[in-house]
Amino acid sequence: MSSRTDAKKPRIGVFKFASCDGCQLSLLDLEDQLVALADAVDIAFFPEMSSNMRKGPYDIGLVEGSVTTHHDASRIHDIRKQCKILVAIGACSTAGGIQALRNWNDSKQWVAQVYAHPEYIQTLGMSTPISEHVPVDFELRGCPVSKHQLLELVSATLAGRKPSIPTYSVCMECKRAGNVCVAVAHGTACLGPATQAGCGAICPSFNRGCYGCFGPAETLNTVILADRLLAGGRPAEMVARDFRSFNAWAWPCRQASERKATS
Amino acid sequence: MSVETAPRKKNGTIKVDYMARVEGEGALFVKLKNDQVQDVKLKIFEPPRLFEALLRGRHFNEAPDITARICGICPVAYQMTAVQAIERGLGIRVHPMVRELRRLLYAGEWIESHVLHIYMLHAPDFLGYRDFVELAKDHPKQATEALRLKKLGNQIMTLLGGREIHPVSAAVGGFYKTPQRADLEKLADELKWALDTACSKAEFLAGFEYPDFEQTYEFVALSHPSEYPLNEGRLVSNKGLNLDASQYEDYFVEQHVKHSNALHSVIRGRGSYQTGPLARFNLNYSKLPNVARQVTEHCGLRVPCLNPFKSILARAVEVVFALDEALRIIKLYEPPPAPRMPFEVHAGTGYAITEAPRGIQFNKYSFDEHGLILSVKIVPPTSQNQKRIEDDLRNFIPTIVSQPVEEITRRSEQAVRNYDPCISCATHFLKLILERE
Repeated sequence: MSSRTDAKKPRIGVFKFASCDGCQLSLLDLEDQLVALADAVDIAFFPEMSSNMRKGPYDIGLVEGSVTTHHDASRIHDIRKQCKILVAIGACSTAGGIQALRNWNDSKQWVAQVYAHPEYIQTLGMSTPISEHVPVDFELRGCPVSKHQLLELVSATLAGRKPSIPTYSVCMECKRAGNVCVAVAHGTACLGPATQAGCGAICPSFNRGCYGCFGPAETLNTVILADRLLAGGRPAEMVARDFRSFNAWAWPCRQASERKATS
Repeated sequence: MSVETAPRKKNGTIKVDYMARVEGEGALFVKLKNDQVQDVKLKIFEPPRLFEALLRGRHFNEAPDITARICGICPVAYQMTAVQAIERGLGIRVHPMVRELRRLLYAGEWIESHVLHIYMLHAPDFLGYRDFVELAKDHPKQATEALRLKKLGNQIMTLLGGREIHPVSAAVGGFYKTPQRADLEKLADELKWALDTACSKAEFLAGFEYPDFEQTYEFVALSHPSEYPLNEGRLVSNKGLNLDASQYEDYFVEQHVKHSNALHSVIRGRGSYQTGPLARFNLNYSKLPNVARQVTEHCGLRVPCLNPFKSILARAVEVVFALDEALRIIKLYEPPPAPRMPFEVHAGTGYAITEAPRGIQFNKYSFDEHGLILSVKIVPPTSQNQKRIEDDLRNFIPTIVSQPVEEITRRSEQAVRNYDPCISCATHFLKLILERE
């Protein structure tokens, strides 16, 4: 990656917050495209891949993870300033991730449960998505993101067009895969009707209900689904857990998780 | 990366503010005085995500999906350890074919994770590159083959679990769905290519220049009477440990070190130890298939190997093992009568240790009569190796202390990467507050 040839290439930065690294790993899992991608763009900052870490500004910033510390709450502002286009990738950065379960609890108590010396731990009481801190240009859903959608996002952004990321439900993908509906045929609780497509409907393909790792889509109604599950006899605490997982802090999931049976 | 010297030579501080090519966020701090190492700290600033707390009150059936999210690089390790601990708490034994499929899934993760680490994260150190992309320019054949091998590991996980990162098939009692024989047979040709290729690639790695550095280690790994360990076995060491997972907490303790806020897992009364590919290789060499033993010989790797830099070769031997194991399982596989064992939920406590790519992972789960989790303890491999990494640096840096500070820094980072530290797994890491004289 010589600086001469990189001078005109779009510069990409990959930044990590509280996360499992899985979404940025998706870039390295693009085995068939990785070398071509590295040729087409200048990967200027991607510590997990390269020791060659260069300063901004960046044309595209990919942000993985949620904000859970004071330091990260200020770091995201610096990153925003350096990135022409800022994209949040994955459920942690778009919804706070599984670690946002602390948002319903006393996180100090949680720290004390995990660590012998909680006074050494510096962490915020809440885990929050990137968009609660800075304006975000695009949010790519998923826990983890789909590497194909990630590639489409980067390609589209570089070409100056809108990425082709469907916002319909998992049900559409499930039908297309030719699956028997696990909810209708087996009475399995399935979040597919209220979850954005992108995974390829893998859970129903494995004979289980969708657990919502791609999160709610704008046009889908989590509350109606929650009420439907409750009406079918699923206990409220189970429905609450259904919606309180990897996208728990996304507003439609929060709402759905608080529904109670009406009868 | 910034390198500071203040003042140059004899006394000084080596700081790597952000370790590259490791999973997660960490930093390295070394303090020198009169060419002696005064202090070494692997600084971790990965924010805690409190998994052991957030799992309380969840149903144990959710544990494999939730704990996978501890680490995007080794989700299967968390899933396998969780389901086995819970199954033990319930007193259930899975079908032998389910057991084989779990080994196959785990082998897929080993292949993907090991190939990622060998070629993308560690080999650049040996060859003087900053990353895999630079390596690929000069060694296109090696790079292309590495990507194809890595992809095969991912394909195994995708076939069995729907996707490579956070697969969805693992369940308490077995799998949500098991494949047909024909599904697995589709992998056979690529596996045969991969096995041949992995053998020749190991010799490429053996040609690297290795620092002349050996240590006296306590190696800790699982040991099974007839298998190279993945999911099962007793925990053994070269210094006499031989115990069941349920005894783990009697022998291992996570300690606070004075002036360091990092929790270090140590063996009670003995100190640091090494877990991971080199430990497994040294303790289980006789269980490796012939093809892996031949590769060992061709690489000039001796047993026991006490040079931590050669862990990259142990990893390469394990890739050969995992490919051979995958082929073995595909040949014998017949779908089990049911994907999952039926079981009754009752209160229980269960323990499990499995071999994650980076080393042993210990889990303890307690749950109530409804299956709701009461408490969880998860000890990932990196927190177990952390003290050993610091001990290695303390002894290694004096051997290179006369070199320019940039070189000391580069070599120190390479020594850390011997352990393939996965800081995202760091459920037990604490932020380190530095003290200076």
